[in-house]
Amino acid sequence: MSSIFRKAYFFLIGLFLALPLIVVAGVSVNQKQTLAFPPQGFSLSWYGEIFFNPEWRSALFASVTLALLSAALAVAIALPLAWFLWRRIAPWANIFQVLGVAPFTLPPVITALGMLTFWATVGFYGQPWTAVVSHAIFFVTLPLVTLSLGFTSIDRSLVEAASTMGADERTIFRTVVLPLILPYIVSGYAFAFVLSLNEYIVAYMTVGFTMETLPIKIFNALRYGYTPTMASVTVLFVTTAAVIFGLVARFGDLPKLLGAMSSDGK
Amino acid sequence: MRREPPQTLGDYAPLLFPAAMLTIFFVVPFGTMIAVSFFQRQQGGFYTPAFVFDNYARFLSAFFGGVLGFSLLLAITVAICCVVLALPFTYMLTRMGRKVQVVWLVALLSILSLSEVIIGFAWSTLFSRTAGITNILVALGIMSEAKALTPSFGAVLTGMVYQAFPYTVLVLFPALVRLDPTLTEAARTLGASPLKAFFTVVVPALRNTITATLIMVFIFALGSYLLPQLLGRPQHWTLSVLITDQAIYQSNMPFAAAMAVFLVLVTLGLVALTVIAGRKGEAA
Repeated sequence: MSSIFRKAYFFLIGLFLALPLIVVAGVSVNQKQTLAFPPQGFSLSWYGEIFFNPEWRSALFASVTLALLSAALAVAIALPLAWFLWRRIAPWANIFQVLGVAPFTLPPVITALGMLTFWATVGFYGQPWTAVVSHAIFFVTLPLVTLSLGFTSIDRSLVEAASTMGADERTIFRTVVLPLILPYIVSGYAFAFVLSLNEYIVAYMTVGFTMETLPIKIFNALRYGYTPTMASVTVLFVTTAAVIFGLVARFGDLPKLLGAMSSDGK
Repeated sequence: MRREPPQTLGDYAPLLFPAAMLTIFFVVPFGTMIAVSFFQRQQGGFYTPAFVFDNYARFLSAFFGGVLGFSLLLAITVAICCVVLALPFTYMLTRMGRKVQVVWLVALLSILSLSEVIIGFAWSTLFSRTAGITNILVALGIMSEAKALTPSFGAVLTGMVYQAFPYTVLVLFPALVRLDPTLTEAARTLGASPLKAFFTVVVPALRNTITATLIMVFIFALGSYLLPQLLGRPQHWTLSVLITDQAIYQSNMPFAAAMAVFLVLVTLGLVALTVIAGRKGEAA
């Protein structure tokens, strides 16, 4: 494709993707509590609001705690599963791979409703920890996919060598496999963390009436009108996601993680 | 170390925790939801165990038919828009330098991970009267006065294309990276213009990938549960919105569950189609 056409096309797509975020960023620095763009005056007080207003602060705290714990649980589920599928020939065990990918493939409202009926039936509906478990199951796909990819990239002869030298299964896992797989654990965790931070429907249907995460807080606030804190939280979220994915790209191989097989630098 | 079948019971140990978690917290909730879809609804938001088809019978109403038809139509439109926009974009992206690729991928992932609440809020701001895009058009002298562009069908469609575009690029990316560059080079050597080479060589070579991507984006768009609510009018509500509404606000769990089961069946049927399209792709 000719270079001018390509540049114009990329510019337009970039504009489409960036425009809502630019306007929101502009709105977030308004001096008064008005929805105006271009911003009238300049103030960072709406960013302070996230940390100093008790309601927003507790929502931030709830969201970060939920994301940290559920991403850890998702990795704890995905790691032994991916390891087993790589180490053993057990075709029937692939059913768990399918189960791990299913919640993410189906429309989210289905997982959310399944969780709602389940927690209501067993009587734990509304307990904060149910959201952690629900998110871990919902996002287990991400570490599962990155870890499966990570395992296939391990040279089996390395493990064989360790085995020949007399290392047992546990030692092999700890000294050979784990160091090689670590970047994939970190990126799987990062993906699950960012998505959990942003997730609304599953959190809403499990704990929506007892606690507020940031997305729930924004949605509830939206129903009562507008407050600029929504805009500052949005900017905070976009920045967090960009920084985390930027770090994953910096220390890992993002094109490869996303399915491009050739990772040689062009 | 060769892969080997599990020898002793101990070899199954790593599977224990993942299998238990996925069974208890995914298979069982899924089963619970199916069971509830046959339950009898009581007044006041409760339901009692039963085996009735009332909740499914409600599908036969004109209202439900309308919502279903609209959901499918909207998801198809979103899928087509996204693939048309993303295919040339992704193709050109895979031909760029690695650094540029990584920057775009980070940006796309960041947008993809954004909450629907946030996307809905951002677009409703952009489409608002006081802070919206029409203000820019007024400043440029194209429009005489600013106005609100939401709620409207166009707003719902734009928001959903925005949400699904990064997903579409990431689905297309692996297939396009693997596309043999000599294919287009040969076309260029034989005198085809870049645009002609794209449409006569790249697009036909990716026919099955495009079909599979269309279906995947379609499923993704079917799952959108907030944007139609935040950017549209009640007649723009989709099945996902209706399920949420019935479960939370109308407290009619059995009906919500029945609709969810229906949505699963539609999705699974489409996933099966994707797999078939993928198989054909490998065979070709």
